[in-house]
Formats: sequence, structure tokens, C-alpha cells
Amino acid sequence: MNNKLRQFVIGIAATAALACAGASQAAGITGAGATFPYPIYAKWAEAYKAQTGVGMNYQSIGSGGGIKQITAKTVDFGASDMPLKPEELDKNGLVQFPTVIGGVVPVVNIKDIGAGQLKLDGATLANIYLGKITKWNDPALVALNKDLKLPADNITVVHRSDGSGTTFIFTNYLSKVSAEWKSAVGESTAVSWKAGIGGKGNEGVAANVQRMKNTIGYVEYAYALQNKMNTVQMKNRDGQFVKPEDNSFKAAAAGAQWDKAPGFYKILTDEAGKGSWPISGATFVLMHKVQEKPETGKEVLKFFDWTYDKGGKLASDLDYVPLPENVVKLIRAAWKTQIKDATGKALVQ
Amino acid sequence: MPMFLREASLKRHTVLDLLFRNLTRVSAFGVLVLLAAIIGSLVVGSMPTIRAFGFGFLTSSDWDPVNDQFGALIPIVGTLVTSAIALLIAIPVSFGIAIFLTELSPRVLRRPLGVAIELLAGIPSIIYGMWGLFVFAPLFAEHVEPWLNDHIGTMPYIGPFFSGPPMGIGMLAAGIILAIMVIPFIASVMRDVFEVVPTLLKESAYGLGATTWEVMWKVVLPYTKIGVVGGIMLGLGRALGETMAVTFVIGNAHELSKSLLMPGNSIASALANEFTEAYGELYTSALIELGLILFFITFVVLSLARYMLYKLGQREGQAS
Repeated sequence: MNNKLRQFVIGIAATAALACAGASQAAGITGAGATFPYPIYAKWAEAYKAQTGVGMNYQSIGSGGGIKQITAKTVDFGASDMPLKPEELDKNGLVQFPTVIGGVVPVVNIKDIGAGQLKLDGATLANIYLGKITKWNDPALVALNKDLKLPADNITVVHRSDGSGTTFIFTNYLSKVSAEWKSAVGESTAVSWKAGIGGKGNEGVAANVQRMKNTIGYVEYAYALQNKMNTVQMKNRDGQFVKPEDNSFKAAAAGAQWDKAPGFYKILTDEAGKGSWPISGATFVLMHKVQEKPETGKEVLKFFDWTYDKGGKLASDLDYVPLPENVVKLIRAAWKTQIKDATGKALVQ
Repeated sequence: MPMFLREASLKRHTVLDLLFRNLTRVSAFGVLVLLAAIIGSLVVGSMPTIRAFGFGFLTSSDWDPVNDQFGALIPIVGTLVTSAIALLIAIPVSFGIAIFLTELSPRVLRRPLGVAIELLAGIPSIIYGMWGLFVFAPLFAEHVEPWLNDHIGTMPYIGPFFSGPPMGIGMLAAGIILAIMVIPFIASVMRDVFEVVPTLLKESAYGLGATTWEVMWKVVLPYTKIGVVGGIMLGLGRALGETMAVTFVIGNAHELSKSLLMPGNSIASALANEFTEAYGELYTSALIELGLILFFITFVVLSLARYMLYKLGQREGQAS
């Protein structure tokens, strides 16, 4: 519940900050969308407001809602955990760019097995979630964990019941590593699960995993960390077992070839790199290519420009991972060429 | 002069009365208009799925957002089953509470007990959900479900409904939590209607040597049946539409299972879970059609209740 409480406190702080803002400066920027980056966006908004006097109001209504609102132009920017495909961006006249990175980590609750002890690879994880591996002492699991004593109990699988960017990153990874998962289930913010029970939100999954024995679930890294949940080691693309931590997420982001991804359509799953955590993902911001109110558009870009420069520390404090330098460079270059006012003049030079 | 004054005041009152009458009329018709508007927007919103799946939507158990395949069977079954379990538990318990409060309880206890029950109705549903998940479910999984598995799960016919892994959450758990949530509604309505039964009637029955049970069953209940059914319907309406509490304990799996111990899904919890992140026309539309179906189910249930009362009334006419 730590996370919730924190969000709540930040929410109050942000509201208070915005309420004060109302008096001194009416104009501010508004955004809506994904719930995953909400704590850091709120924190950034607060710090930015203190420095520049410009307020940012972000409503965490969910990625789907964020996409709808930016398409309808009721907000200055939308936010989504699932990047839109380049053709979808073009259709709606949108551009997108990543803001911050987070990881998804499998968490388990097995008797006598502590944090970071259990080792899994992609295929095994997919088979557990497909309901094909049903016991903890399945040969596939034993082969990966020769040094552990795994119980002969049934595996209870826990997944998200609500649509979520976390689920998208998780199922995207499973689709990449298992052909059967790809054809039978696929990737999306909500999928047709083949096994297990659903928990609402990270807290719902966490509660079910902590409450029941012999369970496996998946939650955001920050959530697992704050609730001291038993995470696992994953075998990455290079065949190395890695633990989920800041460095392994950074490695995944650094290894990715963003310059070859049009519209920053890049999901950081199964990335190459010795130390890279295979289930990572960035969260994205959506803006219109043609800004009808260039002044507001400029403010939005200024805000995110500031977060790339000065927001890293705040992000790390909240267990998010800032984008690597080279990616930020690419984003700034994209702004110059892609976001324009009605006359075709670029907003930032 | 006095005559003139009286006429003026009369006129003023006529105008006020007219105004008042129209105001009430506007309020009443306003509700109708609102209802029509909600139905209209639900129908319009669900047109894409109605066109894509037709009646097959009601009988299909698919729910695959990735491939845009949707069916409402699982949430419909989940909604009906959990509400049925809730009523099965809540009606007798509420009846007992109401009898105790109106007939048997010492005077000193009546008010505090009554207030306590009304307070239960004021607790936000998410509290019930969290209590259900963190307190009730572990106890249920550890002490009740193994027992159900061992004793009832082995019986013929009803066994399959009560066997399964003891997870603590599932359809039965959701039904029980719902029962706890609707008891205050049903019990307080029952108590209120039992209180208006004329003492003369009851005293006469007692005078003829009837027991408390006979008085309740043969005098009080027939006298108050419309109110009692109304109270039950109020509870049922809450059970059908309850969202947060059910979401926490039902398990949220799009899975059709015979066992009540297995996770399922209800219409309201599917909506709560998936609406925010639903992207794509068909997905959103399928969720809206679920809402329309819930609306329809509620309507049918209310109509059935009315019909039942009507039939009861008719039979009475014949008997006398």
C-alpha cells in the first residue's frame, strides 16, 4: 500500500500546488493518460512549478483514455504505456516520444525461496502463464534451478484484471519469446488469459501473490521494490541471468536501437546486452504534429525538456529509470523536425 | 375590500399550486427522459458489437481483446450467480434481523442495533472489497474451502459446484461479500415495514394462541409482502450492479467453471476493470453492450418481481 499512499500524498501536493497556481498564473499545461507514470509526472510538475511558475495538470485516467483525449484535442498532451504504431500516429496526426523507463518483474511466493533466487527463462514463463507448466517441480523449472528445492505444489498464476501498460509490456515480452504465446494469446493491455486469477492494479496482483502460497504474478518494479516482494532472475537474450534493478533497465534502454525505430515505436523487451533486463518498457507522451496553439505546445516541450535535464534524480527517487543521454538527443532532434505550428514553422529551433 | 384581498390571495395560491404541480411533473418526466437518454446512448454505443456479433454475443464465452472477439456469457453468468448466492444468504438473515428488531429485542437494544445496521449500509463498497480480499479471503481459504472440498465436494450432483483449489477468492466468496453488503438494505426495509403492521392484527393472532413464528409468517409477512419484496429488490439491484467489492474478490478470470470456488467475472467488475484502458472501437463497444445487458437484466428482474406481486394479489382475491 506504500505506493498508493505515496501517490495519494503526491496527488494532494500537486493539487495544492495547482490550487496556488490558479491565483498567480492561470495558464498551465494539461495532460491525461497512463497511470504508470503518474507519480513521477506529478512530482516533476511540482518541482517545475516551483522553478518556473508554470503549472502542469496531469490526470491519470488510463492509456486508452489518454489516447482518446489527445485525439479529441481536449488536452495538450496524452500519455500511453503502449506506444502507437507509426501508421496509427500518422492517421491521427500525432507524434510520440518516451519520457521515462520502468520495468516489469515477475514476483513469486514459494516456501523457502527468497528474493532473486528463482531463475526463469522466457519460454518457461510463457508456459506457466499458458497453463502448460502447472507444478513448481516441473522438469523445465528444475533444470533452470538445480540448486533450489522446489515444492511439488500447483502453481497459482496471478495476472492483472484491468487493462494495463504493465500487461502490455509483459505480454509483448512473452510474444517475443514464445511462438505459441503469440498465436494463442498475443500482446495487448488486456488479453485472453489462459490460466490464473486476476487482481486489480499492481496492488491487487501483489495482494494475491503475498496472500497465497505457490503463486507467481507480475508487477511494476517500483511496486515490487517498495513492498519487498520476492522477484526472480530472468535469462535475457544474451543467455545471462539478470536481476531486476536500475542498471539492468538502463542496460536494456541503452542497448535498444531507437534511431531505427520510426515514431519511437520501441518496446524494450528481449533487448540485446549482457546486463539487460528483458521485460522493460518506456512510457510515452503523445502530441499533435500541428500545434493549433503554438504557445501552449512550446510550454509542453519546455516542460519535458526540463524533465530530461533535471528530472532524472526525481525519477530515480521514485524507482523509475531516466532515459539514456543518446535517446534524449534523438528526441530533441525529432521535436525540431516533427512538431510545427499551423504555418509549418517548427516550435523549437 | 376584504373580499378583494381574499380573491387575490386565492389567485396567488392557484398560481403557486400550478407551479408546484408542474415542478413535480418536470421532476418525474425528467427521470424518464434521463432513462431514455441513457438507454439511447448505451444502444448507440453498443451498435458496433451488435452488428459484429448479433445475438451470438450473449452466448459466446470468448473474451479476447487482442483478436477483437467478444462474448458476454461469462460476465452474465457471474453476475446472476453471485447475486443469487447473495440473496440466498441475505434474505433469511435479514428476515431474522427484522423479526428480532421488531418483535423480540428488548426496547433498549432496538435503537442501537437498528442504527448499527443502517451504518453498515453507509460503508463504501471498496472497504468491503478490501476487507474481503485481505481478511475474509485468507480465512475462507484456510478454514472454509478445504472443509467444503472434503465434505460437500464429494457429494453427488452438488459436489462439482463446491470443489476446487482453495484460493479464498471466487464466485462463492463474491456472493458472500455481496450478501453482507445487501443485508443492511433488506433488513432495514423489512424492519420499517414490519413496524407499520397494526398492533391490533398481531395481538389478535397472539390472542388466538399463535406462536411468534406463526404471527410473523401468517400475519406480518402477508401484510407487508409488497414492502418486503421491494426491500429484496433494492438489495438485488445493489448486488447486480456492485462493482468494487466484487472486483476484489471474484478473481476476475474470463473462465466458465462449474465450481463456485473458481474465479469468474461479473458485468460490473469487467466494466470497472477494463473500461479505462480499452482501446479500439469494438472493445469499447463490447463493454458498453455489457452495460446495456446489465440494464436489461435489472429491468427483467424488476418486472418479474412486479408480476410475482400481481399474481400473489390475484390469488388472494380468489381465496376470500
